[in-house]
Amino acid sequence: MKVTIDGHEIEVAPGTTILQAARMIGGEVVPPAMCYYSKLKGTGGKCRCCLVDVTKGSDADPRPMPKLMASCVTGCQDGMEVASKSSDRVKEARNAVTEFLLINHPLDCPVCDQAGECDLQNLSFEHGKLQQRFVEEKRTFEPENIGDKIQLHMNRCIVCQRCVEVADQLTDGRVHGVLNRGDHSQISTCVSAAIDNEFSGNMIDVCPVGALTDKTFRFKSRVWFNKPFNAHRDCDKCCGKTTVWMFGNEIQRVTARKDEFHEVEEFICNTCRFDKKDVADWVIEGPRKFEKDSVINQNNYTRKLEKVVIETEKGILQGRDIDRKKISMAEIDYNEKIDGNPVNSKKNG
Amino acid sequence: MSASIQSISLSGRKKQVSNKEMTFWESLYLIAIVKGLLITIKHFFRKKATIHYPEQTREFSPVYRGQHMLKRDELGRENCTACGLCALSCPAEAITMKAEERKPGEEHLYREEKYASIYEINMLRCIFCGLCEEACPKDAIYLTISKELVPANYDREDFIFGKDKLVMPLEMAMKNAQLKNAN
Repeated sequence: MKVTIDGHEIEVAPGTTILQAARMIGGEVVPPAMCYYSKLKGTGGKCRCCLVDVTKGSDADPRPMPKLMASCVTGCQDGMEVASKSSDRVKEARNAVTEFLLINHPLDCPVCDQAGECDLQNLSFEHGKLQQRFVEEKRTFEPENIGDKIQLHMNRCIVCQRCVEVADQLTDGRVHGVLNRGDHSQISTCVSAAIDNEFSGNMIDVCPVGALTDKTFRFKSRVWFNKPFNAHRDCDKCCGKTTVWMFGNEIQRVTARKDEFHEVEEFICNTCRFDKKDVADWVIEGPRKFEKDSVINQNNYTRKLEKVVIETEKGILQGRDIDRKKISMAEIDYNEKIDGNPVNSKKNG
Repeated sequence: MSASIQSISLSGRKKQVSNKEMTFWESLYLIAIVKGLLITIKHFFRKKATIHYPEQTREFSPVYRGQHMLKRDELGRENCTACGLCALSCPAEAITMKAEERKPGEEHLYREEKYASIYEINMLRCIFCGLCEEACPKDAIYLTISKELVPANYDREDFIFGKDKLVMPLEMAMKNAQLKNAN
């Protein structure tokens, strides 16, 4: 079957959705998706971010579809022509959807641990407005404790229900879901029971916003100050392939590897995610690369760094090696080393 | 019309140099001396460029940027949430911080659930560009109009300004609140 999206022609198998076809093309034509997740069955069709304009239904019936279609749940037809980013109607609709999603979002990005790798942040960066027209009070929920590994911030949730699908499909018995309906709908464990399934941690990676975050990483660092490395270990429960987020010699966070559409490549178990925070547990493969405009690249270290040798240093210090000590954040040892010795050791004054 | 490169004068101040002999009156330099004196005398009647510094002070530029301060709001709570954007925007990499979660009972100290337990500016590195102030989403850090940028000191450690030197004094926050209520 032949489909044309924004002038790009591609051959796809029957049963492919427009979004999947667009992802095969890649680049600008890919519609943003907040609720659709290719690794999870039954996701999609909820957030309306991926709306596209079908300008020609198919070769057999060339009439355009009257309404904008959600590309993640609309199947391709032979000879279909789709306008994604090139259509002003689509852009306007996506702007409206973004504004709609942000109505109840608390916009607490300075506090949120997801900031920097948040899909909603990316979406509003591209489609959002600087002003907000909503002047009424935002919907808020009582903070709820759902265990010591995962932090739930219900106020940030956009009810995409990806995490519910994770609980449904990856874990044996679902222990949480959506309560109530409409404006009042919220993610909750039914009896506020702790989530103790071995794969429950994946809902952190799957969450497009900061509603579900890693409690062991809570407020430890911002993502762009970490150095992400690809790493693996032998794990009997999962594939063991992860990204470790390091600060100095300390592993602050472990996540699954996310591809260019911010979907995990393979799900990982909770042991890898929460319990293996020692460098000795992991085989580090190399730096993880991110897309060009990601803020995580701020901490760019993918090129090899040579240690800076100041040739005149010896003359300047004149034997006063005590002056080489670390003066900023002196009481914090984040395992930074000077000449192989920890900063706070006696050898460095 | 195409002028040759030799005859073009982009600045309009191009002068042909000549090596011609001086006349008798020119070689006496009398006229030249009087001309020079006239320029000197003209400056007596000009506005003076200097001021008597300690008694007189110059007006500061409206965009003058002095030492940093971490703001408190009207209730005396710290605005900073340790979001790291100032450190990210800092071209001199002078800012470091460490975040902490606010505990119950500390609501009067910090405005949001996260706060900076350590906030340091390396004044040896800071270039007072003001990008941190521009990046701050919480209006927490700003560069004051203090005339003293960084006081002189003997040890390098003393130029690392921590929260003890950066956070706005509580009395100042209270005074600001009073001023705001009065208006």
